[in-house]
Amino acid sequence: MFKALVALTTPLLPEDYLSLVDPLWSTTELRGRVVGVRRETDRATTLTIRPGRAWTGHRAGQYVRIGVDVAGVRHWRTYSLSGPEGEADLTITVQALPDGLVSRHLVDATPVGSIVRLEQAAGDFVLPSPVPAKLLMVTAGSGITPVMSMLRTLGAHPDVVVLHSAPTAADVIFADELAARPGTVVRHTTEHGRLDLAELDALCPDWRDREAFVCGPAGLLDAAEEHWGEARARLHLERFTPPVRSTGGAGGTVTFGDRDVEVDGGASLLEAGEEAGVLLPSGCRMGICFSCILPLRDGQVRDLRTGEIHGEPGDMVQTCITGATGTARLDLRPAEENR
Amino acid sequence: MTSTFDVPTGTPTPPVRTVASRPSPVAAGLTEAQVEELGRRLDAIRDRVVADRGQRDADYIHSVIRTQRYLEVGGRALLFAGILPPAWVAGTAMLSASKIIENMELGHNIMHGQWDWMRDPKIHSSTWDWDNTSPAEAWKYTHNYEHHTYTNVVGRDRDVGYGILRMSDEQQWRPYYLFNPLWNALLATFFQWGVALHDLEAEKIAAGEKSLRSVWPQLKAIGRKVRRQFTKDYLVFPALAGPFFLPVLTGNATANLVRNLWSHAVIFCGHFPDGAVQFSEEQLDGETRGQWYLRQMLGSANLEGGPLFHLMTGNLSFQIEHHLFPDLPSNRYAEIAPEIRAICAEYGLEYTSGPLWRQYAQVLRTINRLALPPRKGTAPEPTALTPEPAPPLAA
Repeated sequence: MFKALVALTTPLLPEDYLSLVDPLWSTTELRGRVVGVRRETDRATTLTIRPGRAWTGHRAGQYVRIGVDVAGVRHWRTYSLSGPEGEADLTITVQALPDGLVSRHLVDATPVGSIVRLEQAAGDFVLPSPVPAKLLMVTAGSGITPVMSMLRTLGAHPDVVVLHSAPTAADVIFADELAARPGTVVRHTTEHGRLDLAELDALCPDWRDREAFVCGPAGLLDAAEEHWGEARARLHLERFTPPVRSTGGAGGTVTFGDRDVEVDGGASLLEAGEEAGVLLPSGCRMGICFSCILPLRDGQVRDLRTGEIHGEPGDMVQTCITGATGTARLDLRPAEENR
Repeated sequence: MTSTFDVPTGTPTPPVRTVASRPSPVAAGLTEAQVEELGRRLDAIRDRVVADRGQRDADYIHSVIRTQRYLEVGGRALLFAGILPPAWVAGTAMLSASKIIENMELGHNIMHGQWDWMRDPKIHSSTWDWDNTSPAEAWKYTHNYEHHTYTNVVGRDRDVGYGILRMSDEQQWRPYYLFNPLWNALLATFFQWGVALHDLEAEKIAAGEKSLRSVWPQLKAIGRKVRRQFTKDYLVFPALAGPFFLPVLTGNATANLVRNLWSHAVIFCGHFPDGAVQFSEEQLDGETRGQWYLRQMLGSANLEGGPLFHLMTGNLSFQIEHHLFPDLPSNRYAEIAPEIRAICAEYGLEYTSGPLWRQYAQVLRTINRLALPPRKGTAPEPTALTPEPAPPLAA
C-alpha cells in the first residue's frame, strides 16, 4: 500500500503532500504542534505540544530534543519534560536565558499552532521502579522541571521532600503547585542565600535514607556529589550539559571519523584533512558546489570567507571554506542516502 | 565579426565588446587592480546578503514548495476529468507549471545549497531529489562543480554544447555538426534525457574514452529515476483514471515535454546569446577570485521579464547573479541585480540581458552558424581576440 502511494509521489513521499493538510502526518520527521502556552513566571513559559503519532511517550524526569525554526534557521535544544507520565500531549517548561536565541523564541514568540520538530524522549534521570518509599528532591531554577514531572506522576505519594531554590518568589516556576505540596521548602536565594547542603541535616534529617534527585546549576550538582559521598548510590543527578561553544580561536584539533587532525588557523578542514591523509569528498574548493559537505557532530567551526563562527551538532559543513576554531568532530559518513 | 579591446588605461571607460563563441581575455579592458577591486565589491554584496538571510527567505521557499505541490495535486486531479478539453488544457498547464517550478526554482536551487543555511533536512542539498531522469548526485557533480567552477571554459565546462552540439568556434568542426540544429531540436524535446546522458559523459563513451562498464552504477541510478518517472506518469496515474487513461497519459507526457522545452530554452539563454563570452583553458591558469567573478559575469546572460517569469525560470533569468553567487537564495537575485548592473556599467563591462525571444533567437542563430565549418578568413583571430591575459597576481 505504502509502496503504491510512493509510486504516485516519487521523488517525494506521500507525507510531503499529506503535510499540506496536517504537518503532524509525517513518518520521517517527528513533529509536534503547540496546543497550549501558559506563562509560569516573567521568564518561564510552559508549552503543551501535541506530538505526531510516532511519539512513544516519556518517563518522568526524561528530556526531549526539540527543533525550532528561528528566523528561518533550524535550532535543536534539549528541555526536560515537565508533564506527568502517560499523557498524550507533552509539556516543556522553558526559562528564557538573557541571550538565549531559542529559549527566548520559545518563551516569547511561539504561539499556539506553531509546529516544532521532536526526537523521542531520552535520559536516565528517572524514578526507579518500583518507586522508593522515601524521596528527596533538591532543585534550583529551571532544575525543577524534570522533578515536577516526577511529582506530577507520583501524585499523592506520601513521602517526598522537595527543597527548591529560586532567586525571588516571582521566579519560582510552578509556585502554586509546590506550595500545595506538603513537605516542600522553597528558598528565595536573593533573600536567604543559597542552599548549603549542610543544612540538609536540619531540613531533612533522614536525607541519607532517601532516594535523592538533584537538578540545577553545575555548582549544586558538584556540591551534592561531594556531600552524599559514600551514599552516592542513592543520588541521581541531572546535568544540563551546554553545547560545546567555540573559544573564538583559529585552528584546533578536528576529528575526522576516528582520525585527529591538527588544523592551523588559515587552512580549510578539507586541506588539513587531505594533508593528513584522510579521504574526503571534494569539488570546486571555493565554496560554491557543495560537494564537500560533511556532518558536524561536535564543536564549532569558522567560515573562512566571512569569519563567522557557527555550528551545532548535525549541521552540514562545507569543508573547503571552513576552518577550525577549537576542537570539532566531523562524521565521514557521506551525505544521507537519497530517497 | 571582430572585436576591439582598448589598452587598459586605469580608468574603466571603454566598453568591452564581446562576441559570442569567441574566447575573450580574462580581464578584458581592466587592470589587475580593478579586477581585484571588483572581486572585493562582489564579495561585500555576498556577505551582506548572507548576513541578512532570514524569515522572509524561509517563508519564500516554503511558499514556493507549497504552491508547487498544490499545482501538482490540482493538475493531476483535473486531468482525471481530462476527457473534457478545458479540464485537459487546465490540468496539463498546471502540471507543466508544477514540473517547471519543481525542476528549476526548487530542484536546481536547493541542490545548489541555496537553502542549506535553514538546516532543514527536508530542504537541503544533500537530501533533495527531483522529478527528473538525472540522479541528484550525478547532476550536482556535473552542474555545481564542473559547470559552475569552469563556466564557459571550452573543453572544461561540458555544458558548452552538452557533448552534443557545437556551441563555440573553439570546438573543432566535424560533419556531424551539420545537423547541429536537428541535434538541438532533439535535445530540447528530450532535454531531461540529454542532461542524464550529459552526467554520464555519454560523448566520452561514444568516443571510446570511457567504458560502458565504468558507468554501470550511474546507468543503474538513471534507470531507477527513469523507471520511477515512467511508472508515475505513464502507468500508475493513467491506470487510476481507468477508461479515461488516455487524457491522463497525454497530459502527463505533454507536461514533461513542456518542461523540457522550457528548461532547455531558459538554460541555453543563460550562456549562449550574443554578448556571452567563452574562455580558453589557459585563462584558468592562476585565476584570481576577481578574475573568476569576471569570467562568471562575462560568460552569463540574463533574461528580462516580470516576477512570474522569474519564478518560472527558477530565477535563472538572473543567470549573471546566479553565476556570481550560486549559493545565495534565488529570491535575492532580483534584489541585487540592479547593483550588479550598475557595477558592470561602472567598469565598462557588458551586462548581457534581453527578452527571452531575442536571446533565444540569437542562440538558435549561433547553433545554425556553427553547424557549418568556419569559412576561410573568418576563423577566430587569436591575437586580435585574445589579448594578453592579465598576469596572475602575486600569491
